[in-house]
Amino acid sequence: MRELVISKIKEGTVIDHIPAGRAILVLKILGINEKTRETVSMALNVPSKKMGKKDIVKVEGLFIKEEELNKIALIAPNATINLIKDYEIEKKFKVKLPEVVKGILKCPNRMCISNSKEPISSIFYIKTNGNEVFAKCHYCGRRIKELADYLL
Amino acid sequence: MKHLISIDDLSKEEILKILDKAEDFEEVALGLRNCRILEGKILANLFFEPSTRTRISFETAMKRLGGEVVNVSAQEASSMAKGETLADTIRVISNYCDAIVIRHFLEGAARFAAENSSVPVINAGDGAGQHPTQTLLDLYTIRKECRRLEGLTVALVGDLKYSRTIHSLIKALTLFNTKIYLVSPEILSLPEDFLEELNGDVEKAKLEEIIDSVDVLYVTRIQKERFLDEEEYRRVAGSYRITLDMVKRMKENAIILHPLPRVDEIDVRVDSTRNARYFKQAFYGVPVRMAILSEVMV
Repeated sequence: MRELVISKIKEGTVIDHIPAGRAILVLKILGINEKTRETVSMALNVPSKKMGKKDIVKVEGLFIKEEELNKIALIAPNATINLIKDYEIEKKFKVKLPEVVKGILKCPNRMCISNSKEPISSIFYIKTNGNEVFAKCHYCGRRIKELADYLL
Repeated sequence: MKHLISIDDLSKEEILKILDKAEDFEEVALGLRNCRILEGKILANLFFEPSTRTRISFETAMKRLGGEVVNVSAQEASSMAKGETLADTIRVISNYCDAIVIRHFLEGAARFAAENSSVPVINAGDGAGQHPTQTLLDLYTIRKECRRLEGLTVALVGDLKYSRTIHSLIKALTLFNTKIYLVSPEILSLPEDFLEELNGDVEKAKLEEIIDSVDVLYVTRIQKERFLDEEEYRRVAGSYRITLDMVKRMKENAIILHPLPRVDEIDVRVDSTRNARYFKQAFYGVPVRMAILSEVMV
């Protein structure tokens, strides 16, 4: 199989094994958008032996903190992270599900205080049941499963 | 600082400690003994939704223990909240008092209030969320009237979808090895994700099939205000009415409870049966709330 594709980066963070179609959501979780400075390259629908198809994100010039990167596990539980220095992999690890996320997910319960005009950030506790990941609202207790659908 | 927001925040041991304390306060609640342990303390009752029973029973409990009460009614609370966030309201009021009792129409409001308060907050109902003081008084009533809490069979009847009383109670009952029957019209059944979370012997049932086997029949009002669609309300209202004939089929020592107010879920002729304990249940709200107030303020 031909190797991909987008050029190597000198320094920064490579996020691999993202489920196909979720690269944009990964950037959203990391707060990277047109207003931030980083140069970002993305590869979508890359053939993968393990996953069939996958997405890859490369963020140049930025070493994203592990705590931030772990939030990606909400929508890409098998994502792997490569921290690159001088074109070499300095550190490689898999994301781990965080126990709590703040201001990342939106509670679907219209009557939840986290959806009101109060000065409040949503807080969700992340739990697993076998392979299934779900989140529970700190305020109203509502449980959500397809977390990608509830990103703020 | 101790708050009481959800029954989930209490362990079985903590629940039993509050029930034991309530037992000690019963004579005080009846006016047979004096106790002034909350003298000099002020409780703020902050009700963003109308309430009679819960508010008065908190007020009575506080006064029986020698404390003072500041009441903020639904109307005052909502006008206070005009343009002001709940966070700010709580920050201000918590400077005036030693504890706050809050009822609010939004779920999670009590927890949010606690996060913004400098004094203990007690949840007196947050939307369709939790109502832990009602649960504690329900458990107290069951223990008093059935003489035990462990190993009972309880049927929860009526609105299991929107009733915060039920949502709090069902979790607590599972701590006491209870067999729980859920009896409701399909559209008012317990939310699926709530059901999935329960660790206990819980099953859906038809009232006529289980009424002769239960120790506790817990009936709730179909809450009109929780329906967005009035047509839907009309269809189910009155569909679970407890009559004298049904009561005759119950075990001799079985009890009937209701958080009140009732509309027509229980025939008034049932009131005079030995099984009806809902007015006693309402009285037990006072010693139980005395126990809670003393727990958070002393």
